Amino acid sequence: MSAWSTHHWNRRSVLRTAMGLAAAGGLAACGGNTGRDGGGPGAGKRLVQYFHAYGEAGTEQAVRRYAEAYEEADVTTQWITGSNFESKLFASLLTDKAPDVFEFHPQIQLVRSGQVADLTDLVEPVKDDFNPADIRSHTVDGKIYGIRMIDDPQFFFYRRSMFEKAGVGVPATLDELLATAAELTTDKVKGIYLGNTLHPVVNPMIWASGADTLDEKNEIAYHTDGVVEGFRTLRKLFTSGDLLLDAPTDFWDPSALTQGLTAIQWCGMWAMPQMQQALGDDLGIFPFPKVTAAGKPAVTNGGWSMFVNAKGENVEAAKEYVKWLWIDQKEYQEDWALSYGFHIPPRTSIAESADKLKSGLPAEGVRLFNEFGHFDNIGWTQAMITALEDVLADCVRKGGDPERALDKADETVGRELRKLFG
Amino acid sequence: MSTTPARDAARPAPAEGSPRPRRPLRTGSTFAFWLFTGPFLLGLLIFVYVPILWSAWLSFFEARFTVTPSEFTGFENYRVMLTDEQFMGSLGTFTVFAALIVPTTWALSLALALAVNRLRFMRAFFRSVFFLPTAVSYVAASLVWKMSLFNGVRFGLANTVLGVFGVDDTAWLADPNPPWYWLVIVTVRLWLQAGFYMILFLAALQNIPRELYEAAAIDGARPGWQTFRYITLPQLRATSAAVVLLLLVAAYQAFDEFFNLLSKTTWGRPPLVELYYKALGDNQDYGAGSAGALILTLLICLVTLLQGRFMGFGRGEDAR
Repeated sequence: MSAWSTHHWNRRSVLRTAMGLAAAGGLAACGGNTGRDGGGPGAGKRLVQYFHAYGEAGTEQAVRRYAEAYEEADVTTQWITGSNFESKLFASLLTDKAPDVFEFHPQIQLVRSGQVADLTDLVEPVKDDFNPADIRSHTVDGKIYGIRMIDDPQFFFYRRSMFEKAGVGVPATLDELLATAAELTTDKVKGIYLGNTLHPVVNPMIWASGADTLDEKNEIAYHTDGVVEGFRTLRKLFTSGDLLLDAPTDFWDPSALTQGLTAIQWCGMWAMPQMQQALGDDLGIFPFPKVTAAGKPAVTNGGWSMFVNAKGENVEAAKEYVKWLWIDQKEYQEDWALSYGFHIPPRTSIAESADKLKSGLPAEGVRLFNEFGHFDNIGWTQAMITALEDVLADCVRKGGDPERALDKADETVGRELRKLFG
Repeated sequence: MSTTPARDAARPAPAEGSPRPRRPLRTGSTFAFWLFTGPFLLGLLIFVYVPILWSAWLSFFEARFTVTPSEFTGFENYRVMLTDEQFMGSLGTFTVFAALIVPTTWALSLALALAVNRLRFMRAFFRSVFFLPTAVSYVAASLVWKMSLFNGVRFGLANTVLGVFGVDDTAWLADPNPPWYWLVIVTVRLWLQAGFYMILFLAALQNIPRELYEAAAIDGARPGWQTFRYITLPQLRATSAAVVLLLLVAAYQAFDEFFNLLSKTTWGRPPLVELYYKALGDNQDYGAGSAGALILTLLICLVTLLQGRFMGFGRGEDAR
């Protein structure tokens, strides 16, 4: 045997060596990785921005590319995956790890709690270039609190070939939609898909029954006979066997339609390029059909806006960055709206030059957006959204009484409204 | 006749037979003690005890959208939580869940242990195979269950199998009538944790002295059910009690699979999911959430103590 055997391999020496190695490893890990090397033009300021994970390929790289091009500060992007962006955002806003800049929807509780900064001075000079509805939905007491990046209309997409084969036309009422779905259902294909939880159709159903979430005085406007009837009809659809349930992908992903699991799907304009690529001309769109005679077809004009965390450490730098990217850099704004999914640019000057949206199905989408679209109501907050989603869960999926479920929601929404508007 | 002699835990490990003179033992071992336990204790303090105390403090305050509140409200949060329909309902959900998962995991892991214990060859292989799922994350497993095994379309595994018998596609998770979601939730956890408890049972099985079986055979006990019922099962009593206890605690902590499998529901929320929505949901009500967490903690302590009393866990060898 060699020199090895002369060495005293007792427990202590082995452990001591191991500890030494571990400590050295720990120290080594502390060096080096400090992110970027300093000395760049904007090395002083560091900003963090939150984005929810967009489904379209290339979006994350695009956001990082825009941030990289900004020279006044180091902008780090957090790409938040998972289906609960809002709870992650709200929770992080309470901590000192909160983002300086984040995307979200206009909701008044963020204004009332002083969470989002007043961006009026940024938007004011170019206010006329924005869709007036997008300005309105971000305004509280004359101040503008967010900058709209993209408008995302949501409506039904359908397979023309399947409609022709079943000999059905585009439905004009919710009852007709149920009948159409029944005609379209075969043993391979379900008639219609509203997402696994069905929640994206709550608002359009309310609008299409002639009601609204809140009225102009910010009082409850959704508790009407028409809405109750709408929930009852949706329950009928849920139990009919014609509704696709528990699909592998949710409503925002085009796969259920493109893979032939369903003939009709509620989705957003963002997915239109992917659908067209997969289906070619075998694709049409229509708004949520009216629920009652008094109702009108409806489209959800959703979208995403940029906000500045008013409680952050670098409010001014964050405002500068938001102004640079979402007011000044029109090229990036156009790229963001049109190069990945299709979104309608909220800036009129960009929308007018957007050739991709000028003909065919995209143009039809823009028409539905203008004709039937309902924009965000800043008074309709996350707690109220959840309350109505619970109504849908209770009476459409679980089979409870819509009147009772709406009464319960009235309590929650009423409490929120009192807190926000007195 | 005694089984394995109880190990005297208080006695230090036998000194090494090294003739070399050592440094004074006292300072050396104290230093080593803190060196090794220090990081762990520090972590325990920062990530467990401080949050518990903070949470206890929060529970007496009106703490919406803040974790440094100033408005003292006494026991108001506790009153709110104890009269909250959703929170009390979540305790009911937990009870159903525990009633389903505890006996099934107990039975399956015991069955696996018995099967593996009888193997003459490839024992290590099967032991590893059954143990492997323990290493899988609950979130990943939930997604596999949701998206491929139990999705509602015709090519989901469960629907494919049922389709052979002419059964229509079932929406396992979206439709709560009938509550098929329990099948999904129970099977995913069963798959994930049965292997771990199998190892515990396997260790206990190998500790049962062979003489007991020999004596029983001489007395005319038939191998199979009779020896299992009168020898194996009683000998496993302490392990069984520990397993049931661990299973109950794990069931109380259930979160991941419920959160990932049941989104936007008003049903099927065990206490932790309910508290998550309460504290981190739209209202960010940390006061009420903390009160609920403490109520839950008290409940777990109480049940554990009662169960220990009832099943004799921790009473030592002579309690068998």
